[in-house]
Amino acid sequence: MIIADRKPLEEILEMIQGSKKILILGCKGCVTVCNVGGVKEVEVLAATLKIARKKEQNDLEIHQKTIERQCDPEYIDQVKDVVGQYDAVLSMACGVGPQFLSEAYPEQKFFPAVNTEFMGGAVTHGIWEERCAGCGTCVIHLFDGMCPIARCSKSLLHGPCGGSAAGKCEIDPDVVCIWDMIVKKKMAQGRLDDLLEIRPFKDWRTARDGGPRKSIREELT
Amino acid sequence: MDALKSGSRLEKVLKAGHFAFTGECGPPKGANVSHLKEKLAHLKGVVDAVNITDNQTAVVRMSSLAASAIMVGENLEPNYQLVCRDRNRLAIMSDILGAYSLGIRNILCLSGDHQKFGNHPEAKNVYDIDSMQLIALVKKMRDEGVFPNGEEIDEPPRLFIGAACNPFADPFEYRVYRLANKIKAGADFIQTQCIYNMDKFREFMKMAVDMGLCEKCYILAGVTPMKSVRMAQYMAAQVPGMDVPEALINRLKAAGKGNYAKEGIKIALEQIEEFKEMEGVAGVHLMAIEWEHRVPEIAEQANVLPRPEV
Repeated sequence: MIIADRKPLEEILEMIQGSKKILILGCKGCVTVCNVGGVKEVEVLAATLKIARKKEQNDLEIHQKTIERQCDPEYIDQVKDVVGQYDAVLSMACGVGPQFLSEAYPEQKFFPAVNTEFMGGAVTHGIWEERCAGCGTCVIHLFDGMCPIARCSKSLLHGPCGGSAAGKCEIDPDVVCIWDMIVKKKMAQGRLDDLLEIRPFKDWRTARDGGPRKSIREELT
Repeated sequence: MDALKSGSRLEKVLKAGHFAFTGECGPPKGANVSHLKEKLAHLKGVVDAVNITDNQTAVVRMSSLAASAIMVGENLEPNYQLVCRDRNRLAIMSDILGAYSLGIRNILCLSGDHQKFGNHPEAKNVYDIDSMQLIALVKKMRDEGVFPNGEEIDEPPRLFIGAACNPFADPFEYRVYRLANKIKAGADFIQTQCIYNMDKFREFMKMAVDMGLCEKCYILAGVTPMKSVRMAQYMAAQVPGMDVPEALINRLKAAGKGNYAKEGIKIALEQIEEFKEMEGVAGVHLMAIEWEHRVPEIAEQANVLPRPEV
């Protein structure tokens, strides 16, 4: 899923500085699962903003709503009766949300209340890690279920680099060297030969480098 | 290894079976050409080629291409370092062609230190291709005279292809295979990471020799003399993939204040002596960081002077 993190309070306060009446709009998709933009987090942000503005003696009227998804016109449609009456709408969805909303309601100002970070999963309660870089050409099977594009700091196809030490990446002792794991698994399972080939250059056209992407499924259009 | 691939001095020295001796020089943090020339002057006639680093540790400096070209003008042979961190395949290929056209004949293909270590950690990195693919790319351009898309190159770049190898990074048991891969990709010579753990390096070289790698490629052992106890401690603790044994730090300490640098050079000289005899080692790459002016005396004491005429 898509992992996001809430923006710092100061940044959100600055975004809505001149606003008197706002809507905080949550999303029941990925951001609910990663505990950043669902019903609960909308409530918390509303309470926090209220207190902060009260301190400034600049009261703020806040409405709250959370819809199924902000990446689908069907659900975006559900807020058509309420948008337009706010000075600002804070979207707590990933970066797709404020864009879909802005496209649907050009007169309303939408602000992102979260920073969209990566595609990943929860490795343990409260900790999420990146697993996919969305390069558009999956090669995970070549590396025993581990993606060096997303998980090697240099996206090396022939690692590990000279900075790999004790299973950790040179950039941070908290970052696992994925190449260390790939190599150890291959060697332990007798597939060293897989690593002894020079791989062709990656075709980045399917990644963001090929320009903004679109997926068309004829049978559904 | 029959006909010359590049005709570089380094290639000729190695091919003739001489023990090669290369140096290193970081370009200035600015456009100070006279300072660069001053540093290079110390190395003239003392080494076979000088590595010109490419924004090493991701700190911005004069481009290695420009510094290498200046070096050619000074009648010194550069070993032009090129990293994948800062440029995509288009820029890499045009830099390779540009380098050759400016008289550069040796290239060292590297992935490059992550920008996190540098003075512009906010930068975007590229890594369109990695060092292994860079080696293969230069080889293809040189030997097949074509770009990766199959288009012909109008006068291919005849470069002597170098690569790096760090026997001290993990996992140790895989390192020799990664070296084998680089040789398979097209590396003509290898320069290793700074060696301090001699036991581990001996073990590594034995594996390389047993696998027949040293017959396919020239391996230059990396040597960096320690200037101080602090430098040794810093390298031991702060540089990932660097292996500085406690015994070496203790030996430096025991030399006493004021003698650290002298002891550091002494250690380096002992290493060089051993490398001269070590099976599979074809030379030494001396990385005297910001110590170019000490290289002549080190070379003198290491008995590698005069450099052979080739």
